Amino acid sequence: MSKKSYRQAINEALRQEMERDERVIIMGEDISGGTGAAGDQDAWGGPLGVTKGLRPQFGPDRVLDTHLAEISFVGAAAGAALTGLRPVVELMFVDFMGVCFDQILNQTAKFRYMFGGKAVTPLVIRTMYGAGFRAASQHSQCLYPVFTHIPGLKVALPSNAYEAKGLLIQAIRDDDPVIFFEHKAMYDDEMEVPDEPYSIPFGEANVTREGDDVTIVAFGRMVNLANQAADSLAKQGVSCTVVDPRTTSPLDTETILETVEETGRLVVVDEAHPRCGMASDIAGLVAENAFDALEAPIKLVTAPHVPVPFSPALEDIYIPSVAKIEAAVRAAMSHGSKVAAE
Amino acid sequence: MTIEGHQPRRVPNWWEDDAGDGGPVEEEERMATIRPITMPKWGLAMEEGMLARWTVDVGETVALGQEIMDIETTKIANVFESPVTGVLRRRVVGEGDTVPVGALLGVVSEPDVPEVEVDDFVRQFLEQFKPAEQGGATAVVPETVEAGGRRIRRLKAGPDTGVPVLFLHGFGADLSSWTLNQAALAEEHPVHAIDLPGHGGSTKELSDGSVEALAAAVLDYMDAEGLDTAHLVGHSLGAAIAATIALDAPARVAGLTLVAPAGLGEEIAGDFIDGFISQSRARKLRPYLEMLVANPDLVTAEMVEEVLKFKRLDGAMAALQAIAEANFAGDTQRVSLRQRLGDIQAPVQIVWGESDRVLPARHAEALPPHIQVTTIANAGHIVHMEKAPEVNALIRRLGET
Repeated sequence: MSKKSYRQAINEALRQEMERDERVIIMGEDISGGTGAAGDQDAWGGPLGVTKGLRPQFGPDRVLDTHLAEISFVGAAAGAALTGLRPVVELMFVDFMGVCFDQILNQTAKFRYMFGGKAVTPLVIRTMYGAGFRAASQHSQCLYPVFTHIPGLKVALPSNAYEAKGLLIQAIRDDDPVIFFEHKAMYDDEMEVPDEPYSIPFGEANVTREGDDVTIVAFGRMVNLANQAADSLAKQGVSCTVVDPRTTSPLDTETILETVEETGRLVVVDEAHPRCGMASDIAGLVAENAFDALEAPIKLVTAPHVPVPFSPALEDIYIPSVAKIEAAVRAAMSHGSKVAAE
Repeated sequence: MTIEGHQPRRVPNWWEDDAGDGGPVEEEERMATIRPITMPKWGLAMEEGMLARWTVDVGETVALGQEIMDIETTKIANVFESPVTGVLRRRVVGEGDTVPVGALLGVVSEPDVPEVEVDDFVRQFLEQFKPAEQGGATAVVPETVEAGGRRIRRLKAGPDTGVPVLFLHGFGADLSSWTLNQAALAEEHPVHAIDLPGHGGSTKELSDGSVEALAAAVLDYMDAEGLDTAHLVGHSLGAAIAATIALDAPARVAGLTLVAPAGLGEEIAGDFIDGFISQSRARKLRPYLEMLVANPDLVTAEMVEEVLKFKRLDGAMAALQAIAEANFAGDTQRVSLRQRLGDIQAPVQIVWGESDRVLPARHAEALPPHIQVTTIANAGHIVHMEKAPEVNALIRRLGET
């Protein structure tokens, strides 16, 4: 055990899986070199340094700096997966999915199904998401609901460094395509992470706080904000359960429904847009299956239905905050017979 | 007033050198009129604790050893027993607050001490109190060593001289199982707690999961560390390993404390073993961990998460299954040491929690008469955590014989 950042945890997962299984290769734009660097140099190690050190250790045959055309290198990775390798390809910003979406949506996601289970596609697409980086509308989106919508894809959203290492190792060992979302504002967040390899099963939610009054379901970076809100509310006498689903596909509906049945109230926190997002999806799940347990309307805390603003002041307001989560919990509490809102 | 010099006068707590294991406080100390209650240091790595709940009110008389509050750390929740006798005069720290080890939690005195003197005492204590430096050079942390070609994680503390105490945890646990014991024993003894092969941060590769194979690995560790002889303290499966070492390598064992040992009877709660291995979600695993204790509140979310983090390590599940298969079959144990227990030459004692739901305490009945058996009430399978002061006193006492 030692303290590792989210960035180091992802790097360690890649390194350990490449050491364990020679079929694991990585590819993507600038994952070794970068602007102004000769191709063989370990100059950047990815735009934010996540893959640094891998090219010197594993060489150019297993660490492929690609050209700037997602449609071809994501397609090449899918083909490599279909023919026996286990590629981890980096789609730098998830905002760029538009240029390679056919490869993901119509090819990668469908192979296993359309070939009657005879083909496996052990492909991982690592990609950055999320606002707070002053990177404007085309580099800040949370597009995981789009991928979650597509059967055949698995979608992982690690909420801290420990989760990132275990979920990435699981993703690489999984025989299905996995879209692995890394929040770019979390790369420097540190915590204790085991040095040994380990894997966290998909579809098993993590209950990070246990309480009696309200269930908060949160995704990715929002889990940390939900935990802070829960800790603050605990001091005010409101106890919250916080559920981190870890993966949106497969989704651990059992833990979500069980905890809502215990608390009777639900707040969902999602950095994505509100329409057809995870927040409305969870709300629908609970309304359909745990309606009788609810003592108050479900509250959603999401970004507004607008592009991510470039103005720092507006971007800060855009992202769900601890204060907004606390307010939603208080609103849920004020509805029923429990403690009144302030 | 009893303040002398720069430090507020205080009665030593049970984990300190001269505390006498929670026994009667020295007569001189009993006379002290104002006594502080401070945040205990549970475990070598503990730097702060959260006072979860007071269980006595101001004005109530507390007895030595009476449960007065619940304290939680990131590793463990437990009841705190009063180190002093008297009337509780002040609750200095409120429920839910986290303070460093040694910080003033409350004040006890004779009933006739004036309020103003109590206030002065509190004020002076707070002015003079300095928490130990966090994460300083003195912090003791686990490390990894090579022994017999295996990677073994261990936590070593205490002086260099004296009879070493070697702690061996039970099935599925790790060295942190001894958090509440190791610090107390480290006052006088070199103390080693190891992760057995297949567990914690040690190698997950096992030749086989038998008690004999694990005992051989422990002997390799003793060889590598130059431990010619040690007082072995084992829990559950670790106790069966300790007893096996005492039988097969008697010269290496100066004393033997067996806490809820495996191998003394037929039954074991097969449910516990199966649930511990198969459950991968915290909410599903928790009921099985609650089988380990008499008071289920002692199982914290962190404790459950630590177990899950171990089980997720590469090789951990295979190791657990191999050990379970070698030693347990459904509700019965494959290990049987009862017939040979009388052959152990070293001083040996057995400690059991009366409410043990994994291995029943009646397994300690009808043993050879020279084996001292202590059954502790209101404690389950992990009696060394639930009733640490009592178990620590017993370990010390055996060491003195």
